Amino acid sequence: MALTQADVARIAHLARIEITAQEASRTLAQLNDIFALIERMQALDTAGIEPMAHPLGGAQRVREDAVTEPDVREAALRNAPASQEGLFLVPRVIE
Amino acid sequence: MSALHHASLGQLSRLLARREVSAEALARLYLDRMAAHGDLNAFLDVRPEVTLAQARAADARIAAGEAGPLTGLPIAHKDIFVTRDFASTAGSRMLAGYMSPFDATVVERLAAAGMVTLGKLNCDEFAMGSSNENSAYGNVLNPWDRQAVPGGSSGGSSAAVAARIAPVATATDTGGSIREPAAFTGVTGVKPTYGRPSRWGMIAFASSLDTAGLITLSAEDAALVLGAMTGFDPRDSTSVQRPPEDYTRELHTPVKGLRVGVPKEFFGTGLQPDVEAAVRAALAQFVALGATLVELSLPNAELGIPVYYVVAPAECSSNLSRFDGVRYGHRAARYADLADMVKKSRTEGLGAEPKRRILVGTYVLSHGYYDAYYLKAQRVRRLIAEDFARAFEHCDLIAGPVTTSVAFDFGDKAADPTAMYLSDLYTIPGSLAGIPSMSIPCGFGAKGRPVGLQLMANHFHEARMLGAAHQYQLATDWHTRVPAGF
Repeated sequence: MALTQADVARIAHLARIEITAQEASRTLAQLNDIFALIERMQALDTAGIEPMAHPLGGAQRVREDAVTEPDVREAALRNAPASQEGLFLVPRVIE
Repeated sequence: MSALHHASLGQLSRLLARREVSAEALARLYLDRMAAHGDLNAFLDVRPEVTLAQARAADARIAAGEAGPLTGLPIAHKDIFVTRDFASTAGSRMLAGYMSPFDATVVERLAAAGMVTLGKLNCDEFAMGSSNENSAYGNVLNPWDRQAVPGGSSGGSSAAVAARIAPVATATDTGGSIREPAAFTGVTGVKPTYGRPSRWGMIAFASSLDTAGLITLSAEDAALVLGAMTGFDPRDSTSVQRPPEDYTRELHTPVKGLRVGVPKEFFGTGLQPDVEAAVRAALAQFVALGATLVELSLPNAELGIPVYYVVAPAECSSNLSRFDGVRYGHRAARYADLADMVKKSRTEGLGAEPKRRILVGTYVLSHGYYDAYYLKAQRVRRLIAEDFARAFEHCDLIAGPVTTSVAFDFGDKAADPTAMYLSDLYTIPGSLAGIPSMSIPCGFGAKGRPVGLQLMANHFHEARMLGAAHQYQLATDWHTRVPAGF
């Protein structure tokens, strides 16, 4: 299997990353090298093997649906690129 | 003892307890050494006033008789752990100047034990890399040879401890990021069982693999600190619910009768003869100490790299989607609309390697490819983990090389991502299985560069592994070798 320029453009858009025209061919070549490495696992028969999502198995713990965080609004907003009146600012979405 | 910066943590702890040295004097000693060796580029953020205030608080605790064994000992943190008092960047432009509103659990626990923070250590961007060349803040140099990489992603941690500019450093390991840099710089690197230390406040790369650990000068030093940094944390959904343990408890257990598994797959083509010679000599040392070697096979271990480069990028593409220029991190200066702002902020803020992994991860998780890649990789991952489970029915520890070669030169692999990925051939299988493993110095290879011996144990058998490593270090002196000028 080899990726095409169109695949790269599609996944770059899904990942919200821009790839310039100059970068496109090198990126494609590198991704195809990586997938050539990945393809080696396809030779192994894994029929009936349960996928392992987590090294220690079992379900992940869930906590009570309760508020556990104190009010950290000010501390959280301190790192915001833009904020106003306690809210994160983004460019206008609805005209 | 030649100088304080060559002392073990145990020795420093006793000096502090007897008030023969103050925590402040110790902090000043290391701050001076950090400044004198600034050319290594190991540190990304140093704030002497914060460090000295913590040291004075430790001295007050010692004076009040409220100190523990770690109180007043200096430590430096990999810049993957968020800290309230130092910037936390993960080695990325994306997080330049980011000040976390909270401390990572690991940082919090070590601070509660009275350890004094020296600063934040350089690393590959978002812990993705094997040479530290992926940091947005420049290469860290290897104290043994400035042409050589210090390993990655915990290259700042390994270089700082090797140069004795920090007596101990935290680090993180996703596919080898503690063990490989430890091997490349001749220090001890310990990755505990997945889920034993908390991931809370560790800037996430691949959540089913990310594990906090330590880089130290010896197994004994690591055993002393590991207990304080691990333990159940309700804020981490994969944190293991087990009581705390004393990792020093098997340091004095003799190696006699220990069954050391030697997987043939770790000695195949690709392993350089200088590394093999040093590792074989270390195995012979274990035999001389009374251990028996058990030949074994991990038939699926070689598929570790393909599996890892599906699982880790998949999880990374999901974790790094949080960097959108809205709530924190870099926001592009010019953009057309919200969608464009997100895209431009990510494009400008993220480096080449995170972008590559995000693209791979996005592809393997996308519609039509999920079963063929992501689920397939998770199935092979189970087979690799089962190989280890079977192996540990016949041995107590597994031993082998950490890397195929000694530290390579800057630039050797930087332009070829897949060549770089192969650096982690021997460390990735243990990461996928979630077992504890470590690297200890076992000699020198080409160009006088250090070689590491990897020890692996079954889940939660850290104490046995550290004990065997300590017994080896009592019988050898590789871990006491200091690079020239340090």
